[in-house]
Amino acid sequence: MSTQEYIESGILELYVYGKLNELETEEVHKMAQQHSEIREEIVAIEKMLILLSGSVAPHLSGQHYETIKQQILENKPNVVELKKEPKKSNVSQYLGWAAAILLLLGGAYLYQQLDLIKKDVLSLESDKKKMREEYTVLVSKNKVNEDMLSLVRDTKNTIIAMGGQEVSPEAYAKVYWNQETHTVYVDAAGLPEPPEGMVYQVWALKLNPLTPLSIGLLDNFKGKSMLIFPVDNVIEAEAFGITLEPDGGSTTPTLENLYTLGKV
Amino acid sequence: MTQEELLPLIYKKDDKAFTLLYDMYAKSLFGIIATLLKKPEDAQDALQEAFIKIWKNIDTYDENKGRLYSWMVTIARNCALDKLRSKGFSTSLKNISADNFVHLIDDQTRMNGKIDTIGVQEFVKKLKPRCIKLIDLLFFKGFTQQEASDELEIPLGTVKTHNRNCISELRNLLHVS
Repeated sequence: MSTQEYIESGILELYVYGKLNELETEEVHKMAQQHSEIREEIVAIEKMLILLSGSVAPHLSGQHYETIKQQILENKPNVVELKKEPKKSNVSQYLGWAAAILLLLGGAYLYQQLDLIKKDVLSLESDKKKMREEYTVLVSKNKVNEDMLSLVRDTKNTIIAMGGQEVSPEAYAKVYWNQETHTVYVDAAGLPEPPEGMVYQVWALKLNPLTPLSIGLLDNFKGKSMLIFPVDNVIEAEAFGITLEPDGGSTTPTLENLYTLGKV
Repeated sequence: MTQEELLPLIYKKDDKAFTLLYDMYAKSLFGIIATLLKKPEDAQDALQEAFIKIWKNIDTYDENKGRLYSWMVTIARNCALDKLRSKGFSTSLKNISADNFVHLIDDQTRMNGKIDTIGVQEFVKKLKPRCIKLIDLLFFKGFTQQEASDELEIPLGTVKTHNRNCISELRNLLHVS
């Protein structure tokens, strides 16, 4: 068989198609190595087929090449899906909306929480202020109480209990008299509030003969939390009495208005 | 550039080798794939799979076993058939021979009318219908001579020469010598 007959047999077309068996393929390969006409014929057939199949190919974008190149360079084992027309599936659409709504609700909820917390902070601030005020009041009250307590506990104090008299049998009062320092405190918690324009006056008394000595007024009776009043020092006394006098006090006690009286 | 010039670059793992390979064959392989896969995105996926397979296995290609182009065509066609099966389509001979590559030309001319290939397409359409069918079955669809002979109802012994005549006619039309 001449080279030309070999070419005309049509075996080379099938060779390029890849349709020959292994033996036939090797034979054509050998023939091609030996005969340049056969080699050239094969290249021409191949060229024509590439042209033919290429002419029916749909458009191929540069993006396609880039994607494959990247795949190969990165040596990824799996095939990456090419960019396709974005398919808007219902699921992803709904998911998107759901996410947006959740975000919105979340934002509203957080805003509301923030508002509540702000209000809480404000009310805590005002509570704190109130409590600080109460604390100050309590501290000062406590100070007074401690003072009172030390007054009561002081063993150097003579305590004179004064009972109610005719004008006000329910009334009572106590005198704390320190014999060393001669200081006198009057506890007037058991006295009724004095009427407008009147004031209680405290007297130290000597009994034989009856000599009253004014030792002070219980001023500012109204609004005083602990009705304990310091009065003038007393060196000698046999009894103490309290009378109700006009504002500013009197030089001698008005005996009809004697509220309490107690012997030492 | 020919296969003989390209292969040494590929074996050397030359940076440009893949680009050259793609430039030379991508369009052709895409054409073959597109005759089997109608949806453009399926065809693109298959072409991508084909090139990755080609590049991965390029060292196993042996010149004694045929042309590089033939080897690549077989891989590309198999990728297309795999894709077709994965989409639940039948890959029976009957099914895949229903349309031929000329139908694809008509589809495309309607779609985008590429100027660079219109010339080739016009010549292709001048081929006898029997030639179109034969080239479609043997080359594009990868039928064996026996299958083509059955499908076209021509004697097995004449398939080879018939095909030779059809290819020669096309070469004359396209001036490929």
